[in-house]
Amino acid sequence: MLDFQIKEQANVFDVVIVGSGAGGGMAAYQLTKAGAKVCLLEAGGFYDPADPKYITQLKKPWESPRRGAGTTRAFGDFDAAWGGWEIDGEPYTRKNGTEFDWFRSRMLGGRTNHWGRISLRFGPKDFKRKSIDGLGDDWPISYDDIAPYYDEVDKLVGVFGTREGLSNDPDSIFLPPPKPRLHELMLMEANKKTGVLTIPSRMSMLTKPINGRGECFYCGQCSRGCMAYADFSSSSVLVKPAMKTGNLTLINNAMAREVLTDEKGLATGVSYVNKHTLEETTVHGKIVILAASACESARLLLNSKSSKHPNGLANSSGIVGKYLHDSTGASRSAFIPHLTNRTRYNEDGVGGMHVYSPWWLDNSKLDFPRGYHIEYGGGQRMPGYGFGFGMENVNGKYPDRSGNMKEAGGYGAALKDDYRFFYGTDIGMAGRGEAIAREDNYCEIDPKTVDKWGIPVLRFNYNWSDNEIKQAKHMQDTFEEIIHALGGIPNGTKPGADSNYGLAAPGRIIHEVGTVRMGNDPNKSALNKNCQAHDVKNLFVVDGGPFVSQADKNPTWTILALSLRASEFIMNGVKAKDF
Amino acid sequence: MKRRDILKNIGLGTAGVMVSGETIAQTKPKATPSKEIPEAENGRLRDEIIRDNKLKAEKFFTAHELATVTVLVDIIIPADAKSGSASQAGVPAFIEFIAKDMPYQQTPLRGGLMWLDNESKKQFSKKFVQLSASDRLKIVDLIAYPAKAKPEHSQGVSFFNLMRNLTATGFFSSEIGIKDLGYAGNTPNKWDGVPQEVLNQYNLSYTEWEKHLAK
Repeated sequence: MLDFQIKEQANVFDVVIVGSGAGGGMAAYQLTKAGAKVCLLEAGGFYDPADPKYITQLKKPWESPRRGAGTTRAFGDFDAAWGGWEIDGEPYTRKNGTEFDWFRSRMLGGRTNHWGRISLRFGPKDFKRKSIDGLGDDWPISYDDIAPYYDEVDKLVGVFGTREGLSNDPDSIFLPPPKPRLHELMLMEANKKTGVLTIPSRMSMLTKPINGRGECFYCGQCSRGCMAYADFSSSSVLVKPAMKTGNLTLINNAMAREVLTDEKGLATGVSYVNKHTLEETTVHGKIVILAASACESARLLLNSKSSKHPNGLANSSGIVGKYLHDSTGASRSAFIPHLTNRTRYNEDGVGGMHVYSPWWLDNSKLDFPRGYHIEYGGGQRMPGYGFGFGMENVNGKYPDRSGNMKEAGGYGAALKDDYRFFYGTDIGMAGRGEAIAREDNYCEIDPKTVDKWGIPVLRFNYNWSDNEIKQAKHMQDTFEEIIHALGGIPNGTKPGADSNYGLAAPGRIIHEVGTVRMGNDPNKSALNKNCQAHDVKNLFVVDGGPFVSQADKNPTWTILALSLRASEFIMNGVKAKDF
Repeated sequence: MKRRDILKNIGLGTAGVMVSGETIAQTKPKATPSKEIPEAENGRLRDEIIRDNKLKAEKFFTAHELATVTVLVDIIIPADAKSGSASQAGVPAFIEFIAKDMPYQQTPLRGGLMWLDNESKKQFSKKFVQLSASDRLKIVDLIAYPAKAKPEHSQGVSFFNLMRNLTATGFFSSEIGIKDLGYAGNTPNKWDGVPQEVLNQYNLSYTEWEKHLAK
């Protein structure tokens, strides 16, 4: 039998933070810099992309026996993110036959080790959508409230892009953008015909070194973690500098179970499981900040029941877990005949696209609300698992190097040459759009199921509505227009109504937010506009949970800005002895 | 940027050493089965290393199956003036590993090989590897062209598509294959746009881009 005992950490920290991703990392950095003694709990292991034992960057495809296939890591052997949609011993369930897939990264820096580094500010309209189209709710803050914090994030983290002066895609303080690749120049030309606005990307790779971090060396592998710290991940950019203050106690492999409260209902700390010894441990703090991810923070709150908080913590409104929403996503790829037989050169560039298309249309003329942006892929990429798959769908349709039409498929020297001839001819497009936050899309505690540490797990209920499906249909129509303007040929058949126009299952885009939303009305929101729980004044949530609506933009930059803003509020509160 | 400077830049990270502050590692207590396996090595985590080692120690293909696979992959990607063959690039071992790593591939592979031998026996009374080079191609021709294959060979077509896919992936992600393909990346560099001669070829330029940036 295990020697099971509750361990108490003797000292009381100023702040206990759960989760070391974008939100938790930012809070840890800001608060330790201000002199607070902070304890940071991370459910996964330590990670440093510059430590050889973790480095996957610049490895050759054959250094993986599966050539980088995704058998043990969702995005392949070389991806930095540990975890995925399924984690052994950490189940979640679904309700009413609905779908939701929950991606988790158990490691220092959390999902900032995974994300695409697409660093977009929300625009003025994104905070006031209900006032515009009557759907969902307005945020309790406006763009002007958050703009100074976006500025701080830009300067601290670094983002490249160009000043465009667009009304709902505000400019950041930009580093210079990388030049477009060949297919990206072609897309910019093609989109002059389609009218789809196509501009330099806005991403957090350092095209110039700032804040003691290295400069991007254009290997295109940000998803593997950067040994020069030339891209944003929370571990490199926030947690490590926080460690250097001497004010941070980082506890890895600490799976938070619940937030502890006293008889007055205030938070006193967090109870967690040491994942290796299986010991229950409590850590005390004067302030508790949850940044465990939108759904994990909701789970923690719902699992933190007490006589003062019978519905779970910060949940007198019953709103925690509700209004869960992920980005919409649909994609299409195409073959570009004039890219056959390409001249070879290194076009890895930064890890991702150099140009993109922010939402460019007016919804009053469309049959769906809210918009989407388009991300582009393509180029002479490094081969890995999956390279060359499906040649039988390509080499019978187009003439080969000698101008001959061949029977599809085949084998031998002629087939071998086809792989060379067709290399780098595909482009891909992915739409990422805004779903409407709805009360009836939610996560809740499954009454029957626990994870391997005995912590009750989440159960999801999520349906797309016509709003999202129509948006996906519009994406598919747009993709075909762009492909035709490029002189390309769409791959496969166009996704139709039977597949919701290729609309990805909720959770697959990994932008889920809204589960602990902010608002001015304590009956309709869990947090106030400072990310502070209405019910518990020394409890904050600074991940994607506080989002009221998600915008047609990736959420990370807004998570960072909100966390920075909440940290400043906390520091002012401490000075005023509010806690 | 000179390559030397790029490399200097990469060296910025001081491998996991905390300057100050406290890290409570909560490292795993030493357990017998994984005593010598570190928490992470070469970009792989302990559980991943254990799993890979286990798979590498297992055998999936029989000697006969592996011989058949070797013949097939070299039919699909033979040596030519530019590079070696699929077997020279280690493709049979790659497919063996994939079969163990992705169990859903096992039945299509094993069953496909059986299908091939059965078809060979029907036509030539011998297993596939025992056929002459020209007879082997007569069998392969039945299944290598999905659009013109006879309906009764459709399962063979599926198998050959799978073999073609795995052979291409295994070959072009190998050292020989990457060199053959001419993939020029995966190395520190300074991206300064598409080479001028390539821009000329497609009648493209950065003139508008530069104007846009300057505005």
